[in-house]
Amino acid sequence: MNALLRAVIRRDLLLAWRRRSDIATVILFFVIVISLFPLGVGPEPNLLRTIAPGIIWVAALLACMLSVQYMFAADHADGVLDQMLLAATPLGVIVIARAFAHWLISGLPLVILSPILAIQFDLPAELSPVLTLSLLLGTPVLTLIGAIGAALTLGLRGGGMLLALLVLPLYVPVLILGAGAVDAVSAGLGGEAHLLLLAAQLVLAGAFAPWAIATALRISAE
Amino acid sequence: MLEAHNIEIARGNRRLFSSLSFALAPGTLLLVTGSNGSGKTSLLRTLCGLLAPTAGEIRWQGENIRSLREEYWKHLVYIGHANALKDELTASENLGALCALSGTEPRAEQRRLALAHFGLADREHVPVKVLSQGQRRRTALARLALSTMQPLWVLDEPFAALDNAAQLQAQDIIARHLTAGGMVVMTTHQDVQIPAGSTAELNLDQSAGR
Repeated sequence: MNALLRAVIRRDLLLAWRRRSDIATVILFFVIVISLFPLGVGPEPNLLRTIAPGIIWVAALLACMLSVQYMFAADHADGVLDQMLLAATPLGVIVIARAFAHWLISGLPLVILSPILAIQFDLPAELSPVLTLSLLLGTPVLTLIGAIGAALTLGLRGGGMLLALLVLPLYVPVLILGAGAVDAVSAGLGGEAHLLLLAAQLVLAGAFAPWAIATALRISAE
Repeated sequence: MLEAHNIEIARGNRRLFSSLSFALAPGTLLLVTGSNGSGKTSLLRTLCGLLAPTAGEIRWQGENIRSLREEYWKHLVYIGHANALKDELTASENLGALCALSGTEPRAEQRRLALAHFGLADREHVPVKVLSQGQRRRTALARLALSTMQPLWVLDEPFAALDNAAQLQAQDIIARHLTAGGMVVMTTHQDVQIPAGSTAELNLDQSAGR
């Protein structure tokens, strides 16, 4: 089973490397959306500091939704998905490996870039670690929930719009807790409660999302 | 031993066939024939467990495949219409990824031999996107040379896009699998002569129940 996990992750990373312009699109989208706000809102430092966590979180959320759309589409079109459904290992395990690889490719870069982008908003340096930590806990949840939506809308016409309608409401708790963690620390309340709740969401999503994704993928093959 | 018991398959509102039963013993080739749209691919996907039959059940060693799941799939190789190859990966990397899913890890040398068997010895390290249709099909079939451990092969139009030489290579691999006690279910429009084992033919046009 470990060999399979390694093989699936290696394949996805290799594919991502050979199609690196696809990842660059998502990361550039994230950077550009965030960079537009200070330009549009104007150089009012207090306002920028206040809106920074929310903006960065919303941009991360949209970037995740953008990238997750195509998580299974290519495999569905070229027949690899059928082979995954008929694998000798439970589909849930393959799904976990794919979701992890997907997060490494399109979630982790956002986490790493966020403290740098936060400088544009003059976010106090002591808030940067909380922002990064909240994204580190939150983006895997976004990937897992998004993957459920991507599996459910696989092969449908206009699936992208439907995916947004399905997934965005489920992203709301993650967004509130993630941006809220930074606000709580800046208000001097400490962000532990928010971060623990985010971690709980990650555990919950990690436990149940693979099963939901696997079921949705089986239905899509019918 | 693969058995189908009174299976019925419907796609959309149309019933393709009903009360279809057969048994496949080791060393047997089942040739599924029928006109376009008669349900050959649907039957094959049902035998794999990708589609659920609307009635009846499919049994592997006496047990329903829908309860066996992975226990059944580890004995199965399915090569569908689509080649299941990634354009950006090389032929060798593609074979490695596909074999990993069926739980085997062939060494690079074994993959090279399998590709060489299908005349792709010098194309092993180029991305699949630069290969022709026929060469892609050969790559997909090269997996069979690495799948001798799986007794049941389900092949959907394996000879599509292949030239005569590659067809003979594929028939040779299938014949060897049958001699070794394997089972093969396949659809084809070509005339095939596979000398080994016993061949049964299932014509879906005749068993159509509508």
